[in-house]
Amino acid sequence: MEYEAVIGLEVHVQVKTESKIFSSVGVGFGAQPNSLTDPVVLGLPGVLPVINREAVEKSIKVGMLLNGSIPRVTKWDRKNYFYPDSPKNYQISQFDRPICSGGELEIELKGPSRNVMGEHKTIALTRAHLEEDVGKLIHLEQESLVDFNRAGTPLLEIVSEPDMHTPEEAYAYLTALKMLLIYGEVSHCDMEKGQMRCDANVSVRPAGQKKLGVKVEIKNLNSISGVRNGLAYEIERQIQVLLGGGTLVQETRGWDAAKGMTYHLRSKEESHDYRYFPDPDLMPVRIDRRWRERLRASLPEKPFDRQRRYFDQYSLPYTLTSVLIPDPELCHFFEEAAKRAKLPRQAANWIVNNLLGELGKAGLTLSESKVNPAKIAQLVNLIEEGVISKNLAKERVFPEMFKTGENPAAIVQAKDLGLSESAEELEKICSEIVQANPDTVAEVLSGNKKAINFLKGRVMRATRGKANPALVGPLLEKLIAEKG
Amino acid sequence: MSGPHSIDIDYVAQLARLELTAKERERFSGQLGDILQHFAQLNEVDVSGVEPMAHAFPVENVFREDKSEPGLPPEKALENAPRKRNNMVLVPKVVEG
Amino acid sequence: MPGEIHFQTLAQLQEALASKSVSSVELTRRHLDRIEAVDGRVQAFNSWDEEDCLRQAEASDERRAAGKIKGPLDGIPVGLKDVIAVKDQPLTCSSRMLERFVSPYDATVTSRLKNAGAVLLGRLNMDEFAMGSSTENSAFKTTFNPWDTSRVAGGSSGGSAAAVAVGELPVSLGSDTGGSIRQPASFCGVVGLKPTYGLVSRFGLVAFASSLDQIGPFARTVGDAGRLLQVIAGHDPRDSTSIDTATPDYSKALAEKKGPWKLGIPREYFAEGLDPEVKEAIQAAIDWYADRGCEMVEVSLPHMHLAISVYYIVATAEASSNLARYDGVRYTHRSDRAEDVVDLYFKSRAEGFGEEVKRRIILGSYVLSSGYYDAYYLRAQKIRALIRQDFSKAFAEVDGLLTPTSPFVSFKAGEKTRDPLAMYLSDIYTISANLAGIPGISLPCGFNSQGLPIGLQILGEPLGEANLLAIAQSFERAHDFIDRHPNPSPPD
Ligand SMILES: [Mg+2]
Ligand SMILES: [Zn+2]
Repeated sequence: MEYEAVIGLEVHVQVKTESKIFSSVGVGFGAQPNSLTDPVVLGLPGVLPVINREAVEKSIKVGMLLNGSIPRVTKWDRKNYFYPDSPKNYQISQFDRPICSGGELEIELKGPSRNVMGEHKTIALTRAHLEEDVGKLIHLEQESLVDFNRAGTPLLEIVSEPDMHTPEEAYAYLTALKMLLIYGEVSHCDMEKGQMRCDANVSVRPAGQKKLGVKVEIKNLNSISGVRNGLAYEIERQIQVLLGGGTLVQETRGWDAAKGMTYHLRSKEESHDYRYFPDPDLMPVRIDRRWRERLRASLPEKPFDRQRRYFDQYSLPYTLTSVLIPDPELCHFFEEAAKRAKLPRQAANWIVNNLLGELGKAGLTLSESKVNPAKIAQLVNLIEEGVISKNLAKERVFPEMFKTGENPAAIVQAKDLGLSESAEELEKICSEIVQANPDTVAEVLSGNKKAINFLKGRVMRATRGKANPALVGPLLEKLIAEKG
Repeated sequence: MSGPHSIDIDYVAQLARLELTAKERERFSGQLGDILQHFAQLNEVDVSGVEPMAHAFPVENVFREDKSEPGLPPEKALENAPRKRNNMVLVPKVVEG
Repeated sequence: MPGEIHFQTLAQLQEALASKSVSSVELTRRHLDRIEAVDGRVQAFNSWDEEDCLRQAEASDERRAAGKIKGPLDGIPVGLKDVIAVKDQPLTCSSRMLERFVSPYDATVTSRLKNAGAVLLGRLNMDEFAMGSSTENSAFKTTFNPWDTSRVAGGSSGGSAAAVAVGELPVSLGSDTGGSIRQPASFCGVVGLKPTYGLVSRFGLVAFASSLDQIGPFARTVGDAGRLLQVIAGHDPRDSTSIDTATPDYSKALAEKKGPWKLGIPREYFAEGLDPEVKEAIQAAIDWYADRGCEMVEVSLPHMHLAISVYYIVATAEASSNLARYDGVRYTHRSDRAEDVVDLYFKSRAEGFGEEVKRRIILGSYVLSSGYYDAYYLRAQKIRALIRQDFSKAFAEVDGLLTPTSPFVSFKAGEKTRDPLAMYLSDIYTISANLAGIPGISLPCGFNSQGLPIGLQILGEPLGEANLLAIAQSFERAHDFIDRHPNPSPPD
């Protein structure tokens, strides 16, 4: 029998703020244990929360980026459960009026090859709500230690519908979500720092069946590929159970990345009765039209929209866009260059193929680059205007630009790399080369057109690369034809 | 579910993480039964169309700006902790789940 | 300064300090002496730190000598209910759970008192976590009524009321979730004011029921209650439920507002269960207001009879969540019998909480639990809205409502502890003010045949404290109840 998997994801992303969600102590990663706390974070007797405006605004922006509906009023609820990492034994979260309802996320599946765009799909979302993070437990042999540094960090929980069917789709979903949130400048989504965490719900059912199978929740999927691998394992496990005539039980399982398998954590019967109720310490938030409009005006172009624009506006090939699009800073760099370059596509080429390569080799980031967009544009234009050959630009000009940050035009002049101006002189050189290589000429004449490249090379060497390749080819052809 | 004015005391004590003695369980069950019976009077009222009141004085949009300030030093944060180690609170082993 | 320093009003003490006829050190020492002398019988205090008090007083005297007093309370001893945080002082909530807890921070009211120069003099006893009406639920001691030490001081702010009544303090702060300021004030024969919800910051007040709790003053006169309110009221950005509005000048309002007022008598407050002597005293007060030209109207609060049920659902639900943090992990009592961390919760909470607290946590967890939320909590919140509506309708017509504070005077210790429902029902006159968020004041309006004080409650519209104080003061000035002081008998 064929089985189909049904997958839904619950993703927690850390909303980018300077201070915690309900008090003013700073947020951070890797600090000394319990050095990022205050009475509110620790839930000491008598303390009260006050919501961080930035966390709310950024969450509304996420809701808008996800095409969700933003309610006129959103409010805060307490989710009651006991756990040693929870300072108050309730989590301030949102229950019936989340900051965003519904929505969707456009994803791109992997294409047949790296050069070919994959299929695009839209995954339906249930909701997104804002809540506080808990502390961190460190397990020792006999005891556990609690560090509350992470407690009170603002988290946005984004819940998808059970709308995915393969681990690849889940992978694409997380990739697209991360890209979108980075675009919105609402989260860094650094999974290694716990800024993006994912739980998955997965069930399998006979292909074609409407009714959902028994749902299993997987926790501790700590990387995007962990999500893919964990799901792949779990789907296969469930199918094997069914094929073996067994039955599945609703349960929560953990993902052990080292062993590459999921394991039982708790069963449904042990699930919680959270006793949600409105938090009396926090007032509702009314999101009026003016506020909405201001936030909407601040939204960035979405990644896939930008990609489509790059196809249309600049005729960029997929391969170039797939490098540019995930990195908004790089996109900005490119667009600045494109504004000034006669051939924006060439600018993209230089950025992706040359600049990124050099930066990588030098271990530098884009912001540390001495080459700016204007210089890339100038280089593109020098080639396009026939001032310098592409080869010399690549071998002599660009490395110098990269090293010194000098203008390409200045480098061309200083090193005298400009293309030879005199057609007479070029014709003389070409003529000499043709004379000196009768065998090659004969080969060309006998039909091997490619043999002419040898002669072109000779000309370039004789001119130290300064010959305009656009002129050399036709000139050689003319001279050979005269021989024929 | 048992009768309308009784309480599943074991379930609720479990939710509340309260260990009750047999005496307490019995006494509370009786007393809370009486109290629930009293609460039944609330069913007299037609509350359709009434907005629930969560706050005694309605205010909206109370925020703090996103500025960070120093918090408590770790020693101060853990001053009242019954047991600690390496600036962390020490508890008996937590079993995952 | 003449003899009975500990029965002077706050206003008189302020004057004495200003004229340097007494120093803060002397004032403080005399109050400490009084505590030494009578607290063994009254048991109003959980703790006090004599050295620290005298240090604060010395600092105040130095400021005054240098002509740099901080504010209106400079040098005045003020006591705090043991539920309000003071940096580096214990904050026990009269619970084993927090017996050893020392607060690393100040409540907002504490900062305000410090900024006004007050000498913070000790921690006052209360029902554990403010749950109770007699201070018998304190894990440490019962506070007895200074007028008859076989009787209770009321609760939950019994310590705050008794200390002021017996002259251990000129003023104190308590908290009122369902009458916990007004009822002990009436039992002890002092003035107690529960402000409008949101007028006084709750930051640093250990939460019992967050949507009902409010800090307020105890004093021997209405004017003194206004003076203390002046210092603690006002917007606090650390409390989201704090009202962002300018605080009126209460003393000025008291001087200006002379009435007559239009006053309402809610008929539901005079039904069965009201002690005849209490009823008589309240009626006399009503007559007094009528005689001096106030227009008296009968009003109706049709949902009043549901208030107890609504209150005990809302309050216990919120409490069950607020008290979840006391679990043995971070700062409370931790059981040493626990096998694992889950067991640690069960045992620490079993050992740390007293019976009433456990009962309310169970009830509150139940009304929120799966399947019961709509029937109890949600329905209670809706009826709460109707109760508030009843009051708004009444206040559209009248300036204040006159009612008894409690259906009876102080009762014998141990008399009501066995029947929690009966104890809950005794909050009947006070709790609806908390549900509606309106202010209420209790002031002495007579004594019964056994010499026990009776309290008159006046309720006002939200933020109507100035009016409320003026209405109360007009009565107080025409009577001499504040001149009578208890003299607690030595133990047998
Ligand atoms: Mg969730
Ligand atoms: Zn969550």
